[in-house]
Amino acid sequence: MKVGSNLEKVLAAGHFAATGELGPPKSADAEVIRKKAGLLRGYVDAVNITDNQTAIVRMSSISVGVMLLQEGLEPTIQMTCRDRNRLAIQADLLGAAALGIPNLLCLTGDHQSFGNHATARGVYDLDSMQLLNMVRAMRDDKQFACGEEISVEPRFFIGAASNPFADPFDFRPQRLANKIAAGADFVQTQLIYNVPKFAEFMKRVVDMGLHEKCYILAGVGPIKSVGMARYMQNNVPGLDVPEDIVARLKGVPKEEVRQEGLKQCAEIIQQCREIPGVAGVHVMAIEWEAAVPQILELAGLLPRPQV
Amino acid sequence: MIKAKLKPIAEIREMLAPYEKVLILGCGTCVTISFAGGEKEVGLLASSLRIAEAMNGQAKTFAEATVQRQCEWEFLDEVAEQINRADAVLSLACGIGVQALAERYPDKVILPGVNTTFLGMAVEHGVLVERCRACGDCVLGQTAGICPIARCAKNLLNGPCGGSQEGKCEVNPELDCAWQLIYERLERLGMLDRMNLFQPPKDWSKDYDGGPRKIVREDLRL
Repeated sequence: MKVGSNLEKVLAAGHFAATGELGPPKSADAEVIRKKAGLLRGYVDAVNITDNQTAIVRMSSISVGVMLLQEGLEPTIQMTCRDRNRLAIQADLLGAAALGIPNLLCLTGDHQSFGNHATARGVYDLDSMQLLNMVRAMRDDKQFACGEEISVEPRFFIGAASNPFADPFDFRPQRLANKIAAGADFVQTQLIYNVPKFAEFMKRVVDMGLHEKCYILAGVGPIKSVGMARYMQNNVPGLDVPEDIVARLKGVPKEEVRQEGLKQCAEIIQQCREIPGVAGVHVMAIEWEAAVPQILELAGLLPRPQV
Repeated sequence: MIKAKLKPIAEIREMLAPYEKVLILGCGTCVTISFAGGEKEVGLLASSLRIAEAMNGQAKTFAEATVQRQCEWEFLDEVAEQINRADAVLSLACGIGVQALAERYPDKVILPGVNTTFLGMAVEHGVLVERCRACGDCVLGQTAGICPIARCAKNLLNGPCGGSQEGKCEVNPELDCAWQLIYERLERLGMLDRMNLFQPPKDWSKDYDGGPRKIVREDLRL
């Protein structure tokens, strides 16, 4: 056990993990956090808090993580390389660890040109691979990036992202292996809609033995509308939304699309659960946090194990 | 012009270790002027490599050539035969030349012999200084013709920081503080009030922060 967070304990005990995600508000309104926390409390093993997701300024991941701790939820903070250099990242992580945040997801981050400050300078002092390696060395070697010793090291259960659908497809399992070598204890994948392609990716991952070195959480998320499905199909780089996913939502009356989306998501979870090497799911229902308990109920993942 | 500096010979030898027949290819433009990768430097480097490898008992060959510009396809085609005979090409051009070669010769190993360092000029013989960062949105009109993006370590746009001492930069006391220079020049021009204009955050999307840049001139396309 690296850290003994709830998420790590659930995974280590061999339970099929279920995590959620919470998007902080574009304001200083703490009430939003309490409300969203109430929707997820008790239904997930940990909650990811995005870090200026899609390069749009929001309440900081670490501060929302502290609020979740106060609300009785376990946070997984996200840290991107877009907005901070290695000094700021290390400083913030020392603080996050001191404040009791146990899980950390290391990301490169969406490019600033996609967000609401498109003229901002992008930092990218480190990339996600270097970030993973730095955080692992801080924890396991008690060392800052410069090599200096840390007297009280920040201990995180370290996560990484993996996109099974990005190009070049053949390289993706190896990239995951590289992230594990750099320091990833667990991995969350990009949103999965093309399950057969994900299964093919996982077969290679299992052949390489990566599922024994790292917990792999399948990323899933409900689709709210046909429009959203089309948008994701055509406009989101790195997402693979097959036509049958869209067709199914088109095939029901408009007022039933949301419910169908939930069912579809629950079925994808069940399909992913059958794929060897998958240790859990990460449900991304940003700005639709209320959907998470329903999806997990439909998928047969409630109640959550007490560890 | 683009300024470059020859890589340390140990690094070059390590890069070339797997290859027997090496072509050292110079460039006749920017790197010639900055004495880093022209015909003369190709000859000097080839000689040192030959001596070093001979002392090491290695049977390596180092061919030499220099083209007028490695950043233009037509000049690269002139040396096709020499390139094809080599196991690897060590380019002494800037990073543009190295990449042009890699694109023109997809099956050939192309290696960089210099570090492309900055856009600048020789202020005196043998002293090259940075003058432009190619930020894509020139501010020299507001800063009295002295660039704080290229010449201030913090890229400040609203005057000198607290580390400016006797006209020198806190990062390196040998460097002039760009804002001291701007101040003095504005004073001379009777435009000191310019120092009080607030410059809003810069549009970095026109720099590399917006992704690799491209200029398409429809009026010039064939």
